[in-house]
Amino acid sequence: MTQAVPPILSVTPSRALVDEKFQVLVENLPPGCPVTLCSLHRSEDKDDWEAYGHYVSDHRGVVSVSEDLSFGGTYTGKEPMGLLWSMRPVPGSRKGLRLRKINVCTPMLVNISVHSGHEGFRDRTPLASALAERWYMAPGVKRIDINKQGVQGTLYIPPGPGPFPALLDMWGGGAGLLEYRSALLASRGYVSFSLDYLWSEYLSADVEFKYFETAFNIIRNHSQVIPDRVGILGSSLGSMVAFDLTAYSTIIKPRCIVCISSNHYHPPGTTLKAGFKILSKHFHKAHFDENNHMSWRSFALDLIADPSNNVEVGRINCPMLLVNGCDDQNWPTVETAEEVARLLREGGKEHLLSRLAYPGAGHLIEPPFSPHFRATKFIILNSKEKVILLWGGHTKAHSDAQEDSWRKILSFLQLHLYHSPSVKANL
Amino acid sequence: MDRKQCCVKLSVQPSRGLMDEKFIVLVQNALPGSQLTIRALHQCEDGHSWEAFGHYTADTTGTINVSEDPSIRGTYSGVEQMGLLWSLRPIPGSKPGLRMRKKNIQTPMEVTISVYQGHQTEGFADLVPLSGVVVERWYMAPGVRRIPVTEGGLTAALFLPLGPGPFPGLLDLYGLGGELVEYRAALLASHGFASMAIDYLTSKFTIETGKMVDRQYFETAYRVLQQHPQVCKSRIAMIGLSFGTSITLKMAIYSEIIKLSAAVCISGTHVQPVDGSVEEILRFPYKNVGKTRFSEKDEVICRDLMLPIPTDPSLKADVGRLQCPLLLLVGEDDQNWPTQESALNIKEMMAQAGNSHLLTVLSYPNAGHLIEPPYTPHTRSSNFRPAGMPEKVMCLWGGQTVEHSRAQEDAWKKILVFLRENLYGDRNPTLFSHL
Repeated sequence: MTQAVPPILSVTPSRALVDEKFQVLVENLPPGCPVTLCSLHRSEDKDDWEAYGHYVSDHRGVVSVSEDLSFGGTYTGKEPMGLLWSMRPVPGSRKGLRLRKINVCTPMLVNISVHSGHEGFRDRTPLASALAERWYMAPGVKRIDINKQGVQGTLYIPPGPGPFPALLDMWGGGAGLLEYRSALLASRGYVSFSLDYLWSEYLSADVEFKYFETAFNIIRNHSQVIPDRVGILGSSLGSMVAFDLTAYSTIIKPRCIVCISSNHYHPPGTTLKAGFKILSKHFHKAHFDENNHMSWRSFALDLIADPSNNVEVGRINCPMLLVNGCDDQNWPTVETAEEVARLLREGGKEHLLSRLAYPGAGHLIEPPFSPHFRATKFIILNSKEKVILLWGGHTKAHSDAQEDSWRKILSFLQLHLYHSPSVKANL
Repeated sequence: MDRKQCCVKLSVQPSRGLMDEKFIVLVQNALPGSQLTIRALHQCEDGHSWEAFGHYTADTTGTINVSEDPSIRGTYSGVEQMGLLWSLRPIPGSKPGLRMRKKNIQTPMEVTISVYQGHQTEGFADLVPLSGVVVERWYMAPGVRRIPVTEGGLTAALFLPLGPGPFPGLLDLYGLGGELVEYRAALLASHGFASMAIDYLTSKFTIETGKMVDRQYFETAYRVLQQHPQVCKSRIAMIGLSFGTSITLKMAIYSEIIKLSAAVCISGTHVQPVDGSVEEILRFPYKNVGKTRFSEKDEVICRDLMLPIPTDPSLKADVGRLQCPLLLLVGEDDQNWPTQESALNIKEMMAQAGNSHLLTVLSYPNAGHLIEPPYTPHTRSSNFRPAGMPEKVMCLWGGQTVEHSRAQEDAWKKILVFLRENLYGDRNPTLFSHL
């Protein structure tokens, strides 16, 4: 008696960096056969995330996710990477989850499988499976814990003799130290320092400011860093630090800065934590949507209307790239970018600025193919209160923005940190 | 003196790939028109260092793309996308007769690819490269499992693809060097075949008893594979290289128990005493040991030991009785076995018997005996000790590096197509009626 031979499912490449595309192909199906392609990932927190698309094989018995349309599922249409970016927690999961990898020395494992039919596909065992490894670290990238001169964080160094251009990489509030973006930047040729800056109580704004300057200098003075090719990349609160450092420091001069989800709100003389306390006094004005998700956008808009609350970005003299989502419900980042543009124009420095504003994208603009989170649990730094914060964004538009913005961030960094001639004469 | 360039960017995509996948090596941000050397360095498990390099000139944008631009000279020349792998050879000063074979296939082969200022040919260890990256080359795709097999006295390893299956099965045999050679089976499992690598010359049984295994050993392997719940019972093939071919043909034609859906014979011969045990088949060529020749470098040439191809039918596996498709791969510069002559005779025999529709012969000019997975460095001769023999000899395998490397690439593609057609093909639409 002959047994049925299964279809052949392949994911190419099976091992890739997280910002690289893959091709998912099913062969050896009967012609015109309805199937569902499914991805499954178990996070470090042990939550299950999935995505799926409904397909019909062609008359060679092939389904190609890169070429064919998905007729429904967590994504529709021609979406080569839909099985990654449209992932969401499986039905029955805890609410308000966010997917972020903490240990970047191991890959993210995604199980891709093909099931027969469309409706009720989950009730049937898969016909075939494949495993994809998605890495934040390229082979040869080194990870080094830094605890030096009071500064804490993690340094990622590309393989090779160096020296390399470098980046100070800062995330926003509400999370522990996130290293994955720095690991990925090192995999793309930059020494990248993921700075831990929300862990201690600073005595004063000056002491806090010095912390950031010291961090920048630690990178600048590293034996494998080209001292005049150090930039800053910050997102959300991290973007505020980027603006602040670049506008006011007399001892550090970043070659360029990238601000994702731009924020320039920093009442003078306040530490970040004190600034946050001030912010939280306005929470009663927060808008709650129909799901009881909290949005800070509207009261924040009022706060930044007073220029004395903000970093004087007009003082900045280096190239800047601002990346924002037009559907950002957490912070008025697009308005912030417009204000930055206006101030630079007044100073005749608008040529320094590049702006990207993505319709339908929210606040959490992550590396490509990361799942989109419209709202997630957030622990208020001071009070330890748990809320569900509304970040905004509509999944497809947000994912397109993540893919496009990462490419543009890399080309901006390549131009200013790799290509542009040194200030000093080149030999 | 060239100015030292700064910020030259080197990338290899993908940085982690399977052994049979191609990569793109790209240099960017170099000075336009500058002369650069791209070099690969690999330290194998034995601790020996292997290198390959090509000399390039950056274009007006300061870019070199190894898959589009020619290497002017080096261990390879011309436009050679994968030249940095297939032209790897032991660094100068290494001992002669080395062969690169990975034993532990659960870890990747690591290759450091670097770019150097100028056109360098030696002394790389004393030079600081402009840039360098590390590339991983894997025999096992993620999710492939390695399962040691000791059932029935076997010394084997089964590589299972991920998923429910059932998968077509493969029995994988190497040649007279013995030991458990796993890399090809691991790679085949990465392409969807449940592949069992078998040690049949230095198995635990042979080491303990001093006796050689016989037909039952392979029949046991076949049974164990067949009985695995994730293996498709009726779709099992065999792939053999060198002496592994002799076993493959013997089993395919004469075993009552082994029923193969397909057979792949690489660098082999059908010349064997038909009623002989495995041991007798192994010893058969040594009757003619006097016909051993030596190259001008004193390398041993064994191909004449089985020539001329006998006319006596009792000395040739009766390929006219084959009932499954057979893919025969031949290197025309094979100095170890008379594979080209054998292939011709096999063709004649099958034409006479009326089953030549089952036969496909792939014959590669200037390829040698060791037709391995793609981008494996070509070994024209190496220090070889047949299992059970006391001494190593410098054995001439043959082949010219460029053509041999092309042959490996082409052969592998065709082997995969052949296996897929015969093991995955002919799907029965009614079996999918539940869909």
